Amino acid sequence: MRALVLLFVLLVVPAAAGAQEGRASGPVIPKGKGTQCVAETDYMRRFHMIELTHQRDETVHRGIRTERYSLKECVECHASVGTDGTPISINAPGQFCASCHDYAAVTIDCFQCHASKPDGSDQAGLARSLAVAAGMETVR
Amino acid sequence: MATPIKFREIEGWGPGYLALLAGLGLLVLSGLAAAWFMEHNGHYVTGMNNQIVWGMPHVFAVFLIVAASGALNVASIASVFGKTPYKPLSRLSGLLALTLLAGGLAVLVLDLGRPDRLIVAMTTYNFKSVFAWNIYLYTGFFAVVAVYLWVQMERRMNRYTTVAGWVAFLWRLVLTTGTGSIFGFLVAREAYDAAVMGPLFIAMSFSFGLAIFLLVLMLTYGGTGRPLGDRILKRMGTLLAVFVAAVLYFTAVQHLTNLYAAEHIGVERFILLEGGVYTSLFWWGQVVLGGLVPLALLLLPRFAGSRASIALASILVVLGGLVQVYVIIIGGQAYPLVLFPGMEVASSFMDGEAATYLPSLYEIGLGVSGIAMALLMVALAVKVLPFLPASLADAAIDPHHTRTATTEPAAAGA
Amino acid sequence: MSEFDWKRRHFMSAAAAAAGVVLAPGVTLYGIAAKAREADVPVTSETRWGLLIDVNRCSDGCDACVSACNEENGIEGHGRPATDAQWIRKVQLRDPRTGIEKHFPVMCQHCAEPPCVDVCPTGASFKRADGIVLVDKHICIGCRYCMMACPYKARSFIHENVSEQRPYAPRGKGTVESCTMCVHRVDAGAVPACVEACGERGNGAMLFGDLNDPDSEISQRIATYATRRIRADLGVDPGVWYQNL
Ligand code: HEC
Ligand code: HEC
Ligand code: HEC
Repeated sequence: MRALVLLFVLLVVPAAAGAQEGRASGPVIPKGKGTQCVAETDYMRRFHMIELTHQRDETVHRGIRTERYSLKECVECHASVGTDGTPISINAPGQFCASCHDYAAVTIDCFQCHASKPDGSDQAGLARSLAVAAGMETVR
Repeated sequence: MATPIKFREIEGWGPGYLALLAGLGLLVLSGLAAAWFMEHNGHYVTGMNNQIVWGMPHVFAVFLIVAASGALNVASIASVFGKTPYKPLSRLSGLLALTLLAGGLAVLVLDLGRPDRLIVAMTTYNFKSVFAWNIYLYTGFFAVVAVYLWVQMERRMNRYTTVAGWVAFLWRLVLTTGTGSIFGFLVAREAYDAAVMGPLFIAMSFSFGLAIFLLVLMLTYGGTGRPLGDRILKRMGTLLAVFVAAVLYFTAVQHLTNLYAAEHIGVERFILLEGGVYTSLFWWGQVVLGGLVPLALLLLPRFAGSRASIALASILVVLGGLVQVYVIIIGGQAYPLVLFPGMEVASSFMDGEAATYLPSLYEIGLGVSGIAMALLMVALAVKVLPFLPASLADAAIDPHHTRTATTEPAAAGA
Repeated sequence: MSEFDWKRRHFMSAAAAAAGVVLAPGVTLYGIAAKAREADVPVTSETRWGLLIDVNRCSDGCDACVSACNEENGIEGHGRPATDAQWIRKVQLRDPRTGIEKHFPVMCQHCAEPPCVDVCPTGASFKRADGIVLVDKHICIGCRYCMMACPYKARSFIHENVSEQRPYAPRGKGTVESCTMCVHRVDAGAVPACVEACGERGNGAMLFGDLNDPDSEISQRIATYATRRIRADLGVDPGVWYQNL
């Protein structure tokens, strides 16, 4: 199955890559936070969907929660903040995920379920719970 | 086998035919629109909820799927049991089986929460699931019946008709058992936990399928002006009576065995006595209108044999069948799950309460469009391929009966 | 590919997160770090997570577990009780002979032999190796057969559009969902939100732990006290135990 997907992607990628070369005519992609992506930019452009699907299965079925290809992390880095300081959906028109996909006529349903904006409070909440859990080990 | 039967496409584009196509097409379109509306807004716009998770679309879908395998019955009688008079009818029988199944499945798919993921349903299987087995049974049914139709229609292949007929016959028995098992496997639901569910569904399929077959037959022959003999109709009418009686019998077995098992008394009281709308539907809709009245119409000498009574009986069997499936599917869910036998339960999630369900127009529209889809496909198919014998006059189809005087012309008309 | 050093970049944020934990007064991450699984290690069947609920401690009117669950997983009602999702609910039980009333929460019972998993046509309903029963919402087609099969009425269908989801708890229209035992927290070494809330704001009626570890507190309590499970007669081997029910 994976081989099939790869083959498919390899066939389509020239089109996608072509879109990237001529930036002037291609989509305008907002830049991510930091200096580099979780893998080489070129690799990400071509294979992000495969890595995401793989990560999805690893996380949901096997409980693997590495950050590298986590969708949550993509959002953390790639979602922009509006002029008024409020976060903008990563999948809104012109935003990171949509910029390319609209151009390449790809539709994704991921953000029907997945939060499309980063949530800073999340980390703190879980950290607190972890602390509580440490205390709860012996209680009740 | 004196004269070979002549099969002909329906000719002409008369206003009646066009009106039929337009009417059915409109029903199909409104069903699709309803499905789109349900998907777009989410299922909260329907009557379904977290208590009644399967609603009106499932009633229609299950009815159609069950009827599909029953519609094949006429063909089986001809090829498997060698009854010559049914032979001219087997093409239509196969065609109806295919279209009814397609209509039913379309409704089922359009009611999914994520119909856009149909491809997932077809590529990812859980082999333990009865649902997944059914996907194979349905696909196989299409293939088997298609081959069966082909060997009938292709002269060179005619000699394989009996073999193909047998395969189709066995396949459809398994298919209906599979559909029944979808419910039979729900151990937690008091209403469905009965071994008789399989045989009951087979009896239902015989009865609903034949009723629909009779109606379609009478409509097409009436509409095209082709001759249709009384004798063959009467034979099928008597057969329908047998099937209706079988459904009543297995329904009785279903409820009596449940009454025998102490833990099922609650759900039986609900359906048979205290279930309000479900109790009325069961007794008046299913038993009286869908069972006893058709039996009277088909068997009492006063009515027996007349076309009007056969037609009326068939209509009642179809309506009663829909009611029966409604009582099984909706009534079975309305009765609350028993988490704590013998206790009084209450919660914010409606534990311990009989669930309420009010079907929305959208669901009904979607369900009806399944029937319309099936009929539309029939109407188009008989136009482009020779499914219908030019004449079904008694003399034309069963030479043994020519001695009995018949007034109908034996020639093809239209 | 392998030379690419993405971890160096990530080091910063990981350090920041750890700092956040140390900030919590008086507690260090030490104790759990030993217990929590590394992020890249898959779950195994050596563990079977379960819950024990002491019905005598649970009181009428307290809904700490329910509100914590809703808060944690971003479950917001639309004021339509028949179609709104409920992962955990307080059930009131009354014995008609004695009139004795009991109150306790019911959620997905995380069966060892889950009927929802058996019936699911696509395999979206599944049981993780550590016993947590989940829906893989990526392959759920919304057929709702699992809801028909569940003996506990534990599942909800998402009947309308969802927005403002929690990043760690994605939810969306057209799929079925139920209690995940807060799998995202468990994977990080924390206890489910309901258990935590019951301990902090409720009556301490809920205990979370490893049923496979004979030394765990939950196993000890089950071994010591009279406990039962709901509809154990169905043979589904639920992972949620009740004491004093
Ligand atoms: C119907 C809802 C739904 C849709 C649509 C959906 N997901 Fe998910 N996804 C989930 C749920 C639920 C989880 C499990 C979260 C957990 O256990 O922490 C998840 C987890 C994941 C994870 C692992 C957790 C993470 O943040 O890295 C990845 C990766 C992922 N999904 C990718 C995708 C991609 C890519 C798409 C679109 C093609 C998608 N999902 C669409 C519901 C959904
Ligand atoms: C640490 C922040 C960070 C994370 C996490 C991250 N990215 Fe990136 N990503 C970047 C940066 C910075 C760039 C720009 C790199 C460049 O210009 O060479 C980038 C570039 C990309 C590009 C190429 C865009 C272009 O301009 O052509 C894609 C595609 C991409 N990322 C996808 C993803 C996906 C999918 C994920 C989640 C699996 C992800 N990224 C996670 C920071 C991040
Ligand atoms: C550099 C442009 C670019 C960016 C940025 C980008 N994508 Fe893509 N993505 C593509 C292209 C091109 C395809 C189609 C490739 C194909 O069909 O094989 C695609 C396909 C996908 C698919 C598979 C869709 C399908 O139906 O097969 C997923 C899932 C996906 N992208 C997720 C994301 C997410 C999530 C983001 C934002 C974090 C993102 N992509 C950002 C270019 C991009």
